[in-house]
Amino acid sequence: MVRRGVALVPEGRRLFPSLTVEENLKIGGQCGRPGPWSIARVYELFPMLAEHRHLPATSLSGGQQQMAAIGRALMSNPHLLLCDEISLGLAPIVVRDIYARLPALVADGLSLIIVEQDIAQALKAATRVYCLQEGRIALSGAAGELTRERISAAYFGV
Amino acid sequence: MQWANIILQGVLIGGLYAMFAAGLSLIFGVMRLVNIAHGDLIVLAAYVALTVTERLGIGPLASLILVVPTMALIGYALQRGLLNRTLGDDLLPPLLVTFGLSIIIQNGLLELFTADSRKLQAGAIEVQTFQVAEGIWVGLLPLIQFGVAVAVIAGLQVLFYRTALGRAFRATSDDPPVAQLMGLDTRHIFAMAMALSLAVVAIAGVFFAVRANFDPAIGPARLIFGFEAVIIGGLGSMWGTLAGGVILGVSQAIGAQIDPGWQLLAGHIAFLVILAVRPQGLFPKVSG
Repeated sequence: MVRRGVALVPEGRRLFPSLTVEENLKIGGQCGRPGPWSIARVYELFPMLAEHRHLPATSLSGGQQQMAAIGRALMSNPHLLLCDEISLGLAPIVVRDIYARLPALVADGLSLIIVEQDIAQALKAATRVYCLQEGRIALSGAAGELTRERISAAYFGV
Repeated sequence: MQWANIILQGVLIGGLYAMFAAGLSLIFGVMRLVNIAHGDLIVLAAYVALTVTERLGIGPLASLILVVPTMALIGYALQRGLLNRTLGDDLLPPLLVTFGLSIIIQNGLLELFTADSRKLQAGAIEVQTFQVAEGIWVGLLPLIQFGVAVAVIAGLQVLFYRTALGRAFRATSDDPPVAQLMGLDTRHIFAMAMALSLAVVAIAGVFFAVRANFDPAIGPARLIFGFEAVIIGGLGSMWGTLAGGVILGVSQAIGAQIDPGWQLLAGHIAFLVILAVRPQGLFPKVSG
């Protein structure tokens, strides 16, 4: 899957605890898919990581770990990046910070699929939104057309 | 002066125990596999070396050029073909399978080579000694053996912390599913770890076979020494394993000096004392 250009940012980040931040990124790049991403470019996107490059990955704060997990996935130069619950367990300000970097990735030609529970954040970041309920699409549409109320209605039927 | 000699001999033999232990520690670290057949694989390596030296008429140290890759290949095949299928959440299947393997190796060797005690002949190098200080004598072979042990441990340390393969080992050890997600082939990584482990076993086996007599049934005792060195040193620490081997070697040497029958007992007692006082070992690597 990785070689075909699909990379996943797993829920709960799941960095390798016995590897440093930089080694985690290198593992991501180990599959050898050619492309624009390098360790230097990940550090450009998330300058905070560069400061902590030689620390064990799990000694970072949750937000920094999330950045490292995104960086690790980007290192495989994917066409499609799957992000599972980016905001899980993070402070709102950190979540906003991470979401602020995503449009730059999309502008680069990368496709993102984000699973998100924070409706406001999801609507802001996405072009299309799908609401899944028990494995079926309960509602879908362009992000601009959907409102918080319609989404609530799709989920709870109120 | 006599005691200094004894302790020095103990330290040097400790290098051999550290090599027994390093391969064991490595595969447990990477894939949580406890290899009960480890001791028998050491003996197997000794017999492979015996065959190579007899057929080709070369010395034991030269035979390493063939024995190490042979054992590494056996390790790779063993992991790919058999042991990978036993890995999972449960620790029991790999234990049972390697226990079975242990019996198969012992009996296979018994069929092929009989129960006679054998030994590798290294020639003059075996008896060469020199004086390092007033009254302290060191054998050349034990010294080479200890030097090789330090080099092996240092080599493993560099491999683990400085190379791409080592990075892959650590990542796979941390979290196999995510390692797979990153495009690492964990089956291949595990097989490489076993190949590396058996390459170390090959070196240990050859030195062991030059030092002492061996027969097909002595593997399990080497396994115990290996386990003890790992536990004394602390799991997951390569230099700790060397320290563990040295402590075991010195305890045995001191025990043997007090009474020849106490050699093994003294080693086991040192192990039990450390296990009771510091169950995590002397130099444990923190993190699970």
